[in-house]
Amino acid sequence: MNQAASVSGQRGFWDASGGRRGIGTWVFSTDHKRIGLLYFYSTLAFFCVGVLLGLALRLELFAPGADLFTPQQYNALFTLHGVVMIFLFIIPGIPAAFGNLVMPIQIGAEDVAFPRLNLLSWWLYAIGAIMALTSLFTAGGAPDTGWTFYVPFSVRTTTNVSLATLAVFIIGFSGILTGLNFLVTIHRLRAPGMTWMRIPLFTWALYATAWVQVLATPVLGITVLLIFAERVIGTGLFDPTRGGDPIMYQHLFWIYSHPAVYIMILPAMGVVTDIIPVFARKPVFGYKAIAISSLAIAGAGSVVWAHHMVTSGMSDTAVMVFSLLTFLVAIPSAIKVFNWVATLYKGSIALDPPLLFALSFIFLFSIGGLTGLVLGAAATDVHVHDTYFVVGHFHFVMFGGTGFAYFAAMHYWLPKIYGRMYSRKAAVWGWALLTFGFIVLYMSMMIVGVEGMPRRYYDYLPKFTFWNQLSTIGSWILVLGLVIMFVNIFRGLLRGEPAGANPWGGASLEWQTSSPPPLENFDHEPEVTHGPYDFRKAGL
Amino acid sequence: MSESSPATQAAHPKDYTGAKLGMWLFLFTEVLLFGGLFILYAVYLQRYPEGFRLGGEQLNVWFGGGNTLVLLTSSLSVAMAITALQRGRVRQTMGLVGVTVAMAFCFLVNKYFEWSAKIHHGIYPSSPQLKELPAGEQVFFSIYYLTTGLHGIHVLVGMVMMGWVLLLIRRGKVNPEDYVTLENAGLYWHLVDLIWIFIFPLYYLIL
Ligand code: HEM
Ligand SMILES: [Cu+2]
Repeated sequence: MNQAASVSGQRGFWDASGGRRGIGTWVFSTDHKRIGLLYFYSTLAFFCVGVLLGLALRLELFAPGADLFTPQQYNALFTLHGVVMIFLFIIPGIPAAFGNLVMPIQIGAEDVAFPRLNLLSWWLYAIGAIMALTSLFTAGGAPDTGWTFYVPFSVRTTTNVSLATLAVFIIGFSGILTGLNFLVTIHRLRAPGMTWMRIPLFTWALYATAWVQVLATPVLGITVLLIFAERVIGTGLFDPTRGGDPIMYQHLFWIYSHPAVYIMILPAMGVVTDIIPVFARKPVFGYKAIAISSLAIAGAGSVVWAHHMVTSGMSDTAVMVFSLLTFLVAIPSAIKVFNWVATLYKGSIALDPPLLFALSFIFLFSIGGLTGLVLGAAATDVHVHDTYFVVGHFHFVMFGGTGFAYFAAMHYWLPKIYGRMYSRKAAVWGWALLTFGFIVLYMSMMIVGVEGMPRRYYDYLPKFTFWNQLSTIGSWILVLGLVIMFVNIFRGLLRGEPAGANPWGGASLEWQTSSPPPLENFDHEPEVTHGPYDFRKAGL
Repeated sequence: MSESSPATQAAHPKDYTGAKLGMWLFLFTEVLLFGGLFILYAVYLQRYPEGFRLGGEQLNVWFGGGNTLVLLTSSLSVAMAITALQRGRVRQTMGLVGVTVAMAFCFLVNKYFEWSAKIHHGIYPSSPQLKELPAGEQVFFSIYYLTTGLHGIHVLVGMVMMGWVLLLIRRGKVNPEDYVTLENAGLYWHLVDLIWIFIFPLYYLIL
């Protein structure tokens, strides 16, 4: 018998195989925790693939001149890196993996509203991922358009863009179904007493995210279908020689892809919001403001798409309007940052690994957000558009923000799911190296960008050498941190000390059930009598 | 992938409201999918009013009108099927759902002849003849084929779905006590009909 068993007397949902055997207990399971783990492992695997590709890009850029790859290979590498990181890791990462793992427990439900649909979503994700990978090696070879599939190049290139767009369509469909499922779950399956103002803020964030997923993703669907149609039957809708307009493609693409940024960042903010009060031993500051600002970000973030196009030749009025709207998103985001800091203020802070990652998140995300204002202001954007400044900016937001929140979630919730704890010391080392490497890696990119180095080039002028080398060295430090972190996590989860039901002293529902939780999450249907951050009423 | 899935998958104590909510959300996403095409239509219409007028004149109102009638009838038969099932008339329900499937099939046959006629005249995406036409007309026909094509696929999906519901009714899985699957399939079918109600005037009538 293993240790977890001797603590809780059972291994919870890990034992309940639903009458299936072997791998079937996973890939046909409709238990949201198993599906969450499926998502966790698949997104993690793609993260590792993406990191290797990113490292390869950085290696090529270590010195000026052609070193490792041909220009064509480099194009394929950064396209792949972008597609894998965006569609296979960062968009599904937190909502599909951690959302599935903890959201139903947080609201006191047995499962999501449509368990079989949930499984279907994972299958669609897996099928889409396989198609995306297949597109690398079949007909014409790896797509080289960048993850944005901009026309006219995406229509003309002979690489396997058609299959890749279909893959993106299917992955998008999977995201829609997850969002839909979460919306219905949160509306219908809350435990008695779980009023809207008692929902943990991670679930609130998922709720706002789910709306964006449901409302924005169909536009991506039609956009990639149009690219597919252009390539296969030659409709010419984006081809100026036949009356079409390539700018229309950019509009449609960014109508999805800018809101997609909020699909990535809102759940990450939710993770951080749930972590901070627990480790500051204080109720969260401004519960309502945080919940509402999630919805406000989702709303305002949906109308700013054209800030990606200020250099594409829109009217000056449009540029000004979108610039202004972009600035407005800063307000609800700043509200959140303010609330996190205010929650920490005068708290009795426990510097445990989840909080460390959450703190890095606040720091890196704030830098990402502020540089976003530089890009949102049309005048400065004209200067830095499509330079490495942009690459630095979005890595700060996406990797520094969402990536770190994903790691924070991993350190925070996985002990609940596995019932075991990792080493605190190794986690701190991993965190320190990661954060330091990160800043070296991407700060250098921002600087070299301001100096004028364009993005998506496999070569550069010798005067950019210093910052590029520093950046590449940063990538090695960062990877070292990643390795330490993952080894520590998995060793701990398999062999670590039993974690106990509530290792961090949280007051939300997921900490009131055993670790790992039983198949239907609770032994008795929970009755909710206080808010998720009401540590005193929870007797903590 | 059967698109009515939410209906059949409510957690064990069947949550009808939840199942309907799921379906409505899904229909929302379908509207947005077509919304992308309607936005393109609006933008290009504003740019090429003349080309769109000339293009529209070449579409056959009789084909379009016929299909409008077919779809309206089918929507009626689904609505009647739901009422019939609620009142416990299972045989009648099956007949009415059968009518819907048949109507969907008629629609597709009609569409097949319509498209064939156009293609026969050399008007299809990237045809040499289309490339001779002025830009506005080329764009018009591109959007026409994309929109009606996507709609046609939805008719096909709806037809398969209705056939599947018919099977469930026969097996008693959908019955007078438990008919949310039929209701949701009906909602989906009404959406397909509704989208056509926009397509028909925009392409065949107004211009
Ligand atoms: C070890 C980690 C990483 C390294 C070393 C790295 C490196 C790079 C480099 C050098 C580029 C520039 C390609 C170019 O413009 O020529 C790039 C682009 C990009 N990276 Fe990363 N990256 C890493 C992690 C991530 C993560 C976690 C994400 C996920 C959000 C991500 C998303 C992207 C995207 C979307 C692009 C844009 C690709 C394009 O320009 O189309 N990266 N990365
Ligand atoms: Cu944006």
